Amino acid sequence: MTLAPRSGARNTIWAVVALSVFSGLRVPPLRAQTTPGVYAITNAKIYTLAGPPIEKGIVIIRDGKIAAVGTNVEIPEGARIVQAAGMELYPGLFDPVTQIGLTEIGAVSATNDTNELGKFNPEIVAATAVNPASAHIGVTRASGITHVVSVPGIASFDSQSGGIIPGQASAFHLLGWTMDEMQIRRSIALTLNWPSIQTRTFDFSIFDFKEKPYADAKKEYEQSVNELGDLLDRARHYAQAKEKGSPASYERDLKLEALVPVVEGKLPVLVVAAKARDIRNAVEFCTKQGLKMILADGAEAWKVEELLKEKAIPVILGPSEQLPDEDDDPYDKPMTLPAELNAAGIPIAFSSFGTSFSRRLSQYAGTAVAFGLPHDEALKAITVNAAKMLGLGDQFGTIEAGKVANLLLTDGDPLEIRTQVRLLFINGQQTSTDNRHLDLYGEYRKRPAAPQQ
Amino acid sequence: MKRSIFSLMLLATMCAGPASAQNSSATIIQNATVLTITHGTIEHGSILIQNGKIAAVGADLKVPEGATVIDASGQFVMPGIIDCHSHIAVDGSVNEGAPAVSSMVNIGDVLNPEDVNIYRDLAGGVTAANILHGSANPIGGQTIVIKLRWGKPANELPFEGAPPGIKFALGENPKHSNFGPPPGVAPRYPATRMGVEEVIRQAFTEAREYKKHWDDYNQRKAAGEQPLMPPRRDEKLEPLVEVLEGKRYVHAHCYRADEILMLLGVAKEFGFKVRTFQHVLEGYKIAGEIAASGAGASTFSDWWAYKMEAYDAIPYNAALMAERGVIVSVNSDSAEEARHLNQEAAKSIKFGGLSPNDALKLITLNPAIQLGIENRAGSIDVGKDADLVIYNHDPLSVYAVVQKTLIDGQVYFDRQRDLARRSELEKEKQALLEKEKKAAEAEKKPEEKPAKKPEPKKKPPKTMGEGDGSRDAAGAQ
Repeated sequence: MTLAPRSGARNTIWAVVALSVFSGLRVPPLRAQTTPGVYAITNAKIYTLAGPPIEKGIVIIRDGKIAAVGTNVEIPEGARIVQAAGMELYPGLFDPVTQIGLTEIGAVSATNDTNELGKFNPEIVAATAVNPASAHIGVTRASGITHVVSVPGIASFDSQSGGIIPGQASAFHLLGWTMDEMQIRRSIALTLNWPSIQTRTFDFSIFDFKEKPYADAKKEYEQSVNELGDLLDRARHYAQAKEKGSPASYERDLKLEALVPVVEGKLPVLVVAAKARDIRNAVEFCTKQGLKMILADGAEAWKVEELLKEKAIPVILGPSEQLPDEDDDPYDKPMTLPAELNAAGIPIAFSSFGTSFSRRLSQYAGTAVAFGLPHDEALKAITVNAAKMLGLGDQFGTIEAGKVANLLLTDGDPLEIRTQVRLLFINGQQTSTDNRHLDLYGEYRKRPAAPQQ
Repeated sequence: MKRSIFSLMLLATMCAGPASAQNSSATIIQNATVLTITHGTIEHGSILIQNGKIAAVGADLKVPEGATVIDASGQFVMPGIIDCHSHIAVDGSVNEGAPAVSSMVNIGDVLNPEDVNIYRDLAGGVTAANILHGSANPIGGQTIVIKLRWGKPANELPFEGAPPGIKFALGENPKHSNFGPPPGVAPRYPATRMGVEEVIRQAFTEAREYKKHWDDYNQRKAAGEQPLMPPRRDEKLEPLVEVLEGKRYVHAHCYRADEILMLLGVAKEFGFKVRTFQHVLEGYKIAGEIAASGAGASTFSDWWAYKMEAYDAIPYNAALMAERGVIVSVNSDSAEEARHLNQEAAKSIKFGGLSPNDALKLITLNPAIQLGIENRAGSIDVGKDADLVIYNHDPLSVYAVVQKTLIDGQVYFDRQRDLARRSELEKEKQALLEKEKKAAEAEKKPEEKPAKKPEPKKKPPKTMGEGDGSRDAAGAQ
């Protein structure tokens, strides 16, 4: 597909022509910042997610923001026009729990900045370590994801791997030369790996499971929760001291300082918990502590629907494509879970909980639709829902005037596997879908078919 | 893998064996969109099944008297999915990791018919799978192709007549790059790709010698020479002799282009064939060489970056290799991934522009060819086994859900039946829990003797994540 400026036209017309088999839209080089100009996307079917779709609508982009949306919109002088007849326009997709930029190659420890040592690290921030040159950024973007949250130390193999508080998560655009350019919000949530009572944990040093008596596991759990509670109490006292005293009257403590917005209920807490018992314990704790809880993972959230509903706790779900937690769970439990929570009135969002699998985000949403989630709810669950949960709802997730222009133009349903991303706007900039994989494909496709003898 | 104490009992009722279709009578699937793979799509088509085989396929077939009718109006039927790289239905570890050559062990000896993942993958449309030994050794254990006959005993799982295989492994896993040797195992040779080649060359040098001894013996025996002492049997070398004789397929785990060429070189030197390269994530770089060797390639749809040798992996791999003439399949290497191989195959349409039919071949006919079972499976043709899957939508759509899976013409998975039985199973589970509770209380009561403490109820272990980096960890797969 090429974009050809039509010379002599009043507006620069960029016609969207046929897509070559392997190439996305060839637009300025990888991260090139075209001037944050004025664009008009015309004739697309616009899924605003703030109302019914608009047939043959127009979206005007100016200074990084959506300036106007509708059918009867005047195209400003000098706007670059994207002819998008037959295509569909969506808000850019949002993956709210990833490790993008914090890890490059899973098994190569030198490329990993996910897990800090120590149990409680509220003062460390993902944005510090996000590598803007990571190949994952381009690859993920090419699947229509325009912005993500990177979360330090999310529990994976071993729930204690990143500590109980592994740090603050950061939201950023998948476009930019430096983190300053990419950043949406440096501190978007505090991560809390809810300590669970585990009698059997995986130990990498012996590459096998290690067992411990239940009583010991319970004691460890209680100790962790007590430590956590103490830490939050100290943060409250610290906030009081800070408010009332002069800087000289208290000793500065970076850990406690980082927890102040948390105990004040201003910064959401991303609580990673899967089992019903852990979720119940976490909800009880967060309620008592007055924390703004978002449940992350929630594999067994179906067992605690009433509680989540009552406490108005939203859920960022892990992949719908995973095995059920228990042998005797229904085979399709992870696939039906999103539909069940949605039907129960619990706000949900999808997430990859990964890096190289972030590009499967819409596949996870599509699979949930196959198992009962309404299509429009699935779209919201990969765009606006997580934005709302994380306090970005007024800036992201729908196509409305005033919102950040993160947009996705496709040749069809973005939840379908075969749908191609035709064009991306991030922060109002037209953005390339070039990436490491496309480059390698292009390079080796040029190799003569018959190997030289 | 979590397993509550009740699971097995529940599973036993969950699977109560295949339903309907007595062997003697016929079954007919009607009004379906039939994706034959070999001869196009038949709208409003029917498939007649007799004695577990496909007896007829067409637009208007007569319903034989007494036949079981499956009405598939608005639904899609395609050949059962064949997963060319799986580790389900294995009891315990898949790796005999201590020796660098573990060809004496056979994964077929440890099949576990009660692994719930058989049922789960069946519910994803998989009817046959290549059950592989792990990748801890340059030459690993023997492998076996099974049908997912859930509810049948272990000896009824093997795919009758499927050629036996053996796992080879190149690169980071056999050289223990990422996690060191398995627990309790001293560091062992090889630790480099150089050593991996040498282990394989050494083993085949021995195997060739061993074969020579036996050939000599057999020749002299045939000539009536006496007295004769047979050579000493060697269970490590026997499978390798079968490889040299073309009777056992080599399934070689590999990543980098250079190591793939290395194995092709060794194979040429000793005169054997590599049947499939597994994972083969850099296969696209040397697709011409793989095609020329006649080896197949069985790869992932879009996994990458979980380890160094997977950093150049691209989702265009399957399509580019296919374009260059390689027989390509897309596999799971994961009980979970196997549940949506139809979606994974569809990615090769998006990444690399395969036709829909060629995309479906990646999970049907092509793996059948790779496993030497294409005369029995992989397409909807008269005479083949009635291993079929029925979807409610086009299987290349993300919205497609498996409705029924048939093996040998019998319904082994039926979504409606599964849904209908859930409340019954839940009741049964609660009753069993109640029984356990009472039993525990009864045990507590007698206080004459020193109280025997009931075993603390263990929390089920957290399953190993399927997330980044955990894939293919430490040669486990």
